[in-house]
Order: sequence, then structure tokens, then C-alpha cells
Amino acid sequence: METIKNVSVPEVSLSGKLEGLEQQYIDLYKQYHEQIKQHSASVMNLSRDVSFGLFEQLGFPTSKLENYKYTDLKEPLSGEYGLNLNRLKIPVNPYEVFKCDVPGIHSYLYFVVNDGFYPVNDTRNETLPEGVIIGSLSQMAEVHPELIENYYGKLSNTKKDGLVAFNGAFAQDGFFMYVPKNVQLDRPVQLINIMRSDVDFMANSHNLIILGEGAKAQLLVCDHTVDDVRFLSNRVTEVFIGENATYEHYKLENTHTKTTNLSTLLIDQQASSNVLGNIITLHNGVTRNTIEIDIDGENCETLLCGMAIADKKQQVDNFTSIIHNQPNSNSRELFKYVLDDMSKGGFTGKLYVARDAQKTSAFQTNRNILLNKSAKMRTKPQLEIYADDVKCSHGATIGQLDETAKFYMQSRGIPEKEARLLLMYAFTGDVIENIRIDALQDRIKLLVEKRLRGELSNYEGCVICQ
Amino acid sequence: MAEDILHEVTQADYKYGFTTDIETDIIPIGLNEDVVRLISAKKNEPDWLLEYRLKAYRHWTTMKMPEWAQLKIPEINYQNISYYAAPRKNAPKNLDEVDPELLNTFNKLGIPLEEQMALSGIAVDAVMDSVSVKTTFKETLAEKGIIFCSFSEAVEHHPDLVRKYMGSVVPHTDNFYAALNTAVFSDGSFVYIPKGVRCPMELSTYFRINAINTGQFERTLIIADEDSYVSYLEGCTAPMRDENQLHAAIVEIVVQKNAEVKYSTVQNWYPGDKEGKGGVYNFVTKRGLCKGDNSKLSWTQVETGSAITWKYPSCILQGDNSSAEFYSVAVTNHHQQADTGTKMIHLGKNTSSHILSKGISAGVSNNSYRGLVRVAANAENARNFSQCDSLLLGDKCGAHTFPYMEVNNDSAIVEHEATTSKINEDQIFYCNQRGISTEDAVGLIVNGYAKEVINQLPMEFAVEAQKLLQITLEGSVG
Repeated sequence: METIKNVSVPEVSLSGKLEGLEQQYIDLYKQYHEQIKQHSASVMNLSRDVSFGLFEQLGFPTSKLENYKYTDLKEPLSGEYGLNLNRLKIPVNPYEVFKCDVPGIHSYLYFVVNDGFYPVNDTRNETLPEGVIIGSLSQMAEVHPELIENYYGKLSNTKKDGLVAFNGAFAQDGFFMYVPKNVQLDRPVQLINIMRSDVDFMANSHNLIILGEGAKAQLLVCDHTVDDVRFLSNRVTEVFIGENATYEHYKLENTHTKTTNLSTLLIDQQASSNVLGNIITLHNGVTRNTIEIDIDGENCETLLCGMAIADKKQQVDNFTSIIHNQPNSNSRELFKYVLDDMSKGGFTGKLYVARDAQKTSAFQTNRNILLNKSAKMRTKPQLEIYADDVKCSHGATIGQLDETAKFYMQSRGIPEKEARLLLMYAFTGDVIENIRIDALQDRIKLLVEKRLRGELSNYEGCVICQ
Repeated sequence: MAEDILHEVTQADYKYGFTTDIETDIIPIGLNEDVVRLISAKKNEPDWLLEYRLKAYRHWTTMKMPEWAQLKIPEINYQNISYYAAPRKNAPKNLDEVDPELLNTFNKLGIPLEEQMALSGIAVDAVMDSVSVKTTFKETLAEKGIIFCSFSEAVEHHPDLVRKYMGSVVPHTDNFYAALNTAVFSDGSFVYIPKGVRCPMELSTYFRINAINTGQFERTLIIADEDSYVSYLEGCTAPMRDENQLHAAIVEIVVQKNAEVKYSTVQNWYPGDKEGKGGVYNFVTKRGLCKGDNSKLSWTQVETGSAITWKYPSCILQGDNSSAEFYSVAVTNHHQQADTGTKMIHLGKNTSSHILSKGISAGVSNNSYRGLVRVAANAENARNFSQCDSLLLGDKCGAHTFPYMEVNNDSAIVEHEATTSKINEDQIFYCNQRGISTEDAVGLIVNGYAKEVINQLPMEFAVEAQKLLQITLEGSVG
């Protein structure tokens, strides 16, 4: 891999030791907001100052906030990160770095390097159906302002969240996908996020995904880090699902332990739409996934799954919120964690059923296995129900592998190590079963097995493509 | 039909609302150091206790009301409350000296003191607005070395015990209401069960808020020494009032090695009227410490009253092999709000806890379960099972669940289950088919739903608890 010099060196060095952690960024914005706006799209600049104001007011979230109870961002945020505010082009050939190739997946392939869309001319992308727009958010905002104006920030600007506000102030680009009415993508879209820098780096990207009525799309988002420096990624993804549309969102994280991945996924579902979210954390540093799904139409189906395998000092916190605003919808949630060494897991499953959302059925399960005395798990299901004709339940367990099952296998000649592996593998099985892309499912099965065998415990670059 | 019944449910009035005219000795409203000193002086307290009160008061002034609960609490002016009220007559020596009005009050509540003494063998330490009026069966208990008296008597006669244990489970810095209580607590009950003694009867205290605008600041301290056993009952009713009344009590329980304590509550304070006017604010800190090995603590509560309930009876499982249970039925109707649950803190090895919570919401009320299960890093083989179910009667009420699980040890097994649903139409239909009216059917279903918890109550209480469920969901239920 060629080394890249003088690319992502920040224009401003941030000391990280000012009054508060926020102050340096507040100063940075005040000083450079002109540049930030200049290198972004006008649509994205509309609410930038408001977001900044909100960030000034809220600051970075601390673990004292109920929603961030299980995420301690103090240490990751105190790093000295550079920001690429002037959108300097990063000379990287993603194909050389990544031969992203899940056998048999045949995806449409796109790259985001750090926080900017990285255009490539891939032959695979030539057959994209007519009317589908995929590209850089800031560029497309200039080409299709009327389209993006209607959606950009419509979900994120309503959130009273320091990280989202920060993103609103600093994000200059991201991934954009528009699938028009009744267009169904025949192949999954694969989005590779590459973190590439010679110095500690902070990336703020904003993704926008719009599915028209009856449209169908599958998006696979892979997070990778290349260089051995500290990365902090603060990403906001807004997804708008039209009536009768079907959307699948797979997020696969495989980053190194110096990475802080803060991701906010906001989904708005219209009537009769179908959404599947599958959030898989295989290897990471500190991860905070916020997933909020608003069900704003009747007869929606929502399935949100996730799993995490963590060891060393890794931290994974999934904060999920499913809000039923309309009647007759079903949602199901399933999260599983396997925690070893000194890792820390966090899960919050908020389920809100509004007053008139009758005939809602919502089920939630969170199961966790602790393999080591020092591993920690915090789980907080949270049901808020204001309608009476509903069926809601949640279950959470924290425990160990079933000793009797292990003994059973051992008594039939399976070595203990193998028996343990089988049990853990089976434990994560039902999350993997919910991957509806066969090639990806096979690949993830293999990766999970490798990860559980300890073969993946050291960072190896992009595991999807190797 | 069902709608009629739900309508009736939401129209049910409070049955126990009346005021008794007894002369009360009230100090002026407001709270400052002088008031704290005055309360202490009125009760002839030793200096150390006054100092402790003042320490708590000073700490309280630095604190803010907790806002994290799923409750809408109107602003409370703590300077607009009188912090002490006592029946003016001196404590009577026998039944004849008890104010006849007071006895009448108890009669109206259906708990005639004499009958209770004669029939059920329960010793009643009746607390009428803060000062203990009457203690029964003291002699019987004294033979066994059991101390069951009002808190002020305990301060007078057993200062060493009080000083040793008071604040050891709920420190004065614990939370806003605990600090307030520690500063201004008026009276309460004190129980000490000596080593190896099994208390021969259920100990019972009836609390009753009575005078206008007086907060009730009870303080209960229960100590079960090694190898002892006690079952303690607490029941509450309050008269109808327009203005909100504040109740901030503290219950501390210390369970030593091999000892067992059962603590049962039926709470039916005035919940406010149909428009949500009035009602008692019940902000209570209850906590038990399973201090010794093999100790056991069990909380059972039936919460039907109060406009706002903020209450989390908790257990700290410090001793090895200690176990704790929490059983709760919380019913809210009209504009009532309840945020209640428990905390189980596992510190010792091989500890186990069991949580069973049943919430029933009707009218426009909101009912929340909030529970924490924490397993410390050294708590090997901790075991917890929690179940919290919610039942919704009506489409304007809310049922919420906030379980927290924090596990720091890999040998722990922690499980949680929760369901929320409305009354099963099929079950009602099934009953109807067999000639049971919808009204009775709903009653049967709700009673069956709460049965697991009611069964945990001692016999006499179970009957009262069922009655309370009926009254709270009047017209249809039970």
C-alpha cells in the first residue's frame, strides 16, 4: 500500500486539553465555518449554523445522559484528531486497498474514503436501473437540490443529540442514494467506508437514502480502517422509506481497536413498508450505534437485528429505538452479544407505542454471553406503551454457555473447545439467519466462525474481501 | 358493554375519604434549621440526633428533586409545608385513654384495634400523624426480647442500637427525599429481633395521614439479628383532601446472618379525584441490607393509592448465599402516576434475587416499572430472574417498563421478561358463555393476574389487598 503524505494533515491542530472537549471544536467552527460551507453543498449549509448552535448548547453526550448511560465517550473524544475541512483529495486507489469481493455477491460498489464520497468508474455500476441516483451527497445536492432539500436533515434536525448536532455542523459530504418509485434494485448496493489517514483523524459524514413508493433496495455498509492511527467516525444516515417500499440495511463493522465508530441511523417508514436492519460488529474499538426507526404508516414490518463479538478492551453499545406512531404494524428486535476479556457491551431497546397505535405487536429479545470474569454487559430494555390493544414483550438474559449442552457434546466425543465454539456459533446463528443476501450470509457465517476461533482477533484489513 | 365497565372503572371514587377532627399540634409552615431544631426539641432528642438531622438538612439544601422518573410532578414548594403535627394529648397508657375520635377513625377504616388484638394476634403500632399513639402486645414481645416501639421511644430507650444502624442502609446523602426525611422525620417504628428469636406474630403498623397540609415523614428501622425471623406489615389509608400531601418516608432493614425478614405493604392513600385534583405524593426510600451470610429479605407491595408514587424497595445482597425477593402489584387509575420497582445489588457470592411485578393501568394513568439488577465483579454465581407484566384497561393509559441490567461477572445468570397487553377478549367471552357477567369476568381475570403477588401476603393482608384492588377498580373489577 502506498503511503500518503500531507493529505489529511489538519489545518488546525487540536490540543484536546482546552476547557471542555467541546471548546476546541466550537472555536474551530467559528474560525473555519466559511471554509466548511464553501466545500459543501448549499442544501447542507442551510441548517449548519442551527446545528452548530445546538451543539454549543448540548455539547458531547456524557454517560450522565440516560441515552448515553452505557457509552463513555470522554476518552475517545479527548484525542487530537485532524479534520479535512478543505476537502483535500486523498489519492487512494480503493481497489488496490480493497478487493471487496464477497464470493457471488455481485453488488453495485461504492466507496466513501474518510468522510467523502470517492468516485470510481466501476463496470459493475453501469447496469444501474434508470432513474436510480447514487453518488456524493454534496455533488448531488447541487444537481438535484429540490430532491435533497425535501429530505436532508428532516430526521436528524429533530434530534436533541450532541453527536447528531455536531455532525450537522461539520459534515460536508457523504453517500447519497435515490431509488425512484417502483424501481427495484436487482443487486445489493455495497458501500465501503474506508478510514485512511497518516494522522489521527476525525470523519463526519452524512448519508441520505431515499426510497420511493414500491421501491426496493439492499444496502451493505462495511466499515474498515487502513492505517494504524486513531480514527473517530461520526456518521449520520437518514433513510426515508416510501409506501410499500422494501429496504434492507446491513452494517458490518470490522475496524481496528483504535477506532471510535459513532453511527446514527435514522429511518422513517411509511405505510406498508418493510425494513430490515442488521447491525453486526465483528471487530472494533469503541462503537456506538444509535438506530432510531419511526413507523409513520400503517401495516409496516420492521425487523432489527444485531450482534457483537468483542474481546480485549472493545466496547459496543447499541442504542435502538422503535417508535410506533401508527396502528397495525409489527416490529421485532433481536440482539446478541458474545463478550470476552475486558470488553464492555451495552444495549438499550426503546420501544414506544403512541396513543393511537392500536393493534401494534412488538417483540424484543436481547441475549448475552459473558465468557470472562472481566467482561461487562449492561442492558436496558425500555417499553413505553400508551395504547391498550397491543402485544408487546421483551426478554433479556445475561449468562454463560450451557454447561449441560457442552457436556452432552463432550460425552459424544466433541472436544471441549469445539463444543464451546459450536454453542457460540449457534448462539449467534439466528441473527445471521436474518441476512437475506445468501452470499453475504455464507460469508458472515465464515467470518463469525473465524472470529470465534480467535483467528480474526487481530485486525486484518478488510475481512469481507480477503 | 366492556366500555361501560371501563367507564365505571374510571369513575370509581375513593372509599376511604373522610377527615377526623382531632386537635393537632402543628408547627408553622416552612423549613429551615430552626424548624429542624424545633422538631428535635419537641421530641427531646439527644444531641447526636440533632446534629445528624442538621447535617442531612444542610445536604438537602444542596440537592435537587430527581427528574429521571417517568412522572410529571407539579412543582412542590417545600417552604409551604408544615413539617410536624402530633395529636396534642400525651401518649395514653391504655385503651381508655386513647382519643375516642381516633378509635373511631380506625373503626371506619375497618381495623378496630381491639378486634385486631383479640382476633388476629397482630401487634399494632398505630401511627396517627407522626407520633405513635398506641402500641399493643408490647409485653408479649418484650418477653422474647423483641423491641417493637415507636422510633422516638427507641431513641430514648435504645440509643445505641438506633445510632449504630440508623442511616447505615439509607445514608442521609442518598437522595433528595431521603435527605429531607432525615432532616425532619417525625416518628416511625423501630423493630429489633434478637439473636435466634422467631417473632411469634406478624408485626403491623398502620400509617394514616390526617392533618391538613402536613407532610408525613416516617422512618422505620428493622433489625433482624442472627438466626432470627420477622414478618412486618405496613398498611396505609388517608382521608380525602384537596391539597396534595407529601409523604417522604424511609424504611431501613438490616438482616444479619441466617436471619429472614418479610416486609409487606398495602398502600392506599388518597389518589386524587377523577380530574386528578389532590392526592398524596408518595416519595419513599425503602432499602434492605442482607448483611450476613444466608440472610433473606422479601418485599411485597400492593400499591393502589397515591397520586404520584416514586418508590423502589431495594435489596443489597452483601452476605454470601443471601437471597431477596420483590413482589409487587401496582394499580393506577384516573390521573394517578406510579414509577415503582426495585433494585437488586448483588455483592456477595451465590446470591439470588427474584422480581415479580404486575402493573395494571386504567383511566388516564401512567404506570411504570423501573428496576435495576446489578451484579458486582466479585459476586460469583449470582442469579436473578425478573418478570414484569403490564395490563392496560383503556386506551388512554400508559404502561412502561425500564429494566436495567448491569452485569460485571461472567458467572452470573440474569434473566428478564416483560409483557404488555390488554385483558384477553377470549377469556371474557369464555366467562360470559358460562354465565359470568363481564364485570365479574374482568374481576376474575385481574385477580388471577395479581394472584402470584397477593399470595405472598400474610392472610389478613391478602384479604385487604383484594378489597383494595376491588375498590380501586370499582364497579368492574373483583
